[in-house]
Amino acid sequence: MSQQANVPSRPRPRIDEESRPWWEALGRRELYLQRCLECGALRWYPRALCPECLCDRTQWVRASGRGKVYSLTTVHQNQTPGFAGATPYLLAYVELEEGVRILTNVVNCRPEEATIGASVEAVFQDIGNQTGLLSFQPTRQQA
Amino acid sequence: MGLARQAAIVGVYEHPTRFAPNKTAFQLMAESARGALADAGLSLKEVDGLCSTGLGFGATGIVSLCEYLNLKPGFVDSTAIGGASFVAHAAHAAAAIAAGLCSVVLIVYGSTAASQRLAIGTAGIGSADPADQYETPFGPTTVASYALVAARHMHEYGTTAEQLAEIAVTTRMHAGLNPQAKYREPITVEDVLASRTIASPLRLLDCCIISDGAGAFVMTSAERARELRRRPIWLLGAGEAVGHGEGGLRDYLETAAAQSGRAALARAGVAHREIDLAMIYDSFTITVLVTLENLGFCRRGEGGSFVSGGRLRFDGALPVNTDGGGLSSNHPGMRGVFLVIEAVRQLRGEAGPAQVRDCRIALVHGTGGTLGLRHSGATLVLAN
Repeated sequence: MSQQANVPSRPRPRIDEESRPWWEALGRRELYLQRCLECGALRWYPRALCPECLCDRTQWVRASGRGKVYSLTTVHQNQTPGFAGATPYLLAYVELEEGVRILTNVVNCRPEEATIGASVEAVFQDIGNQTGLLSFQPTRQQA
Repeated sequence: MGLARQAAIVGVYEHPTRFAPNKTAFQLMAESARGALADAGLSLKEVDGLCSTGLGFGATGIVSLCEYLNLKPGFVDSTAIGGASFVAHAAHAAAAIAAGLCSVVLIVYGSTAASQRLAIGTAGIGSADPADQYETPFGPTTVASYALVAARHMHEYGTTAEQLAEIAVTTRMHAGLNPQAKYREPITVEDVLASRTIASPLRLLDCCIISDGAGAFVMTSAERARELRRRPIWLLGAGEAVGHGEGGLRDYLETAAAQSGRAALARAGVAHREIDLAMIYDSFTITVLVTLENLGFCRRGEGGSFVSGGRLRFDGALPVNTDGGGLSSNHPGMRGVFLVIEAVRQLRGEAGPAQVRDCRIALVHGTGGTLGLRHSGATLVLAN
């Protein structure tokens, strides 16, 4: 019998001064990406300087939270506390509509419901301190 | 001025141990240094360059290793790019020798990964680097990072689990020819498919083993090499590269091997058809498949059929990992040093039952780190 993929009790992210605005946006259930105001390059992950031109003038642009699964693995073994009892869980790269590929979990589905190419949407999980975690779930058909 | 034939490997030693609970990593490294220097006919006091890194190395671990061996070298390199490090060290050593910075370089690695019960592939891979915060909360493991590459390869090109298993089967067959290999019993494609899934699509027998182990090799100048007892094995060309998220835009089927391999082959002036042996870091079966593609032995997407039909056997069209590799012989956390050692044994004609006939040119490629997150590649072209 298939079972629901587990949602691990995750280690907290090590938030720093460069990344804090991104994490706080997730706490408001908003997803933002950075765009360089000099060369226009969109970048992932958030950082203070554009890795194309080293410009530090940055615009935060709101992302739709929609994307497609680029690659996917069902993890059956992970000795790390918080994950050891949480297998199997789905680790994925999701390609956002805006074009960048983000490492994440696919949640709220059975493992076989998630496939490469499947449409997914953002799921925000409150982790305290006005911050949140970004996972994805298969896009539900509109009624 | 290129590096071709500027420096040679003149001594090698692979420690026979696969489980050494009563020894330390530094002890295994010292025993390996002793073996490689004896093979070269050189003494410890002649070593004026040292390259190493290790799982348990502290921030200045290379200095601690110098102290342990009571060496005062004029050149040290502790480039730490995962399992590929020792392949990169060979190139750095050759460059240092060619530049006159040193004349006898010892490259050494050892660890007691198995007896310490390190969960190398299936523990978290956290670090203090900035990218870590965007990854660790989601539970990536080393195996899972390679699995993400394997899954994508299957999706884009229809590569099958059976094709990946062929790599494990051939490598185990080679291990059966190596009395020192940790796992020597033959396995079948069905055995691989029946082993438990670690991170889909990778199963237990798609993954390298964890062993204790150590090895060393010695490099010196062309002039010095010709005076020594062993036939010199020449460095013809080298390249290194890194692969990472590329600002969120990476194509995860392109690996560092594309860049490092292209550079090494061009610098060596060697074409693929001239290569008699490929020693390819086999952390996982998928690592071998995508590395062969990225090195240009076959086209992208064709790796699945390329590795099938016995092509990678020691008597096949492109012998790969004739010592039994990390999949079956030894993998003490990092294994770049053993890629070089086996290439040298083959080029000397000392590889025993797995000897590749008329082996004259070998390619060595190390992959370090986590292929689906960030990784390194280092390529050497060696010749006798």
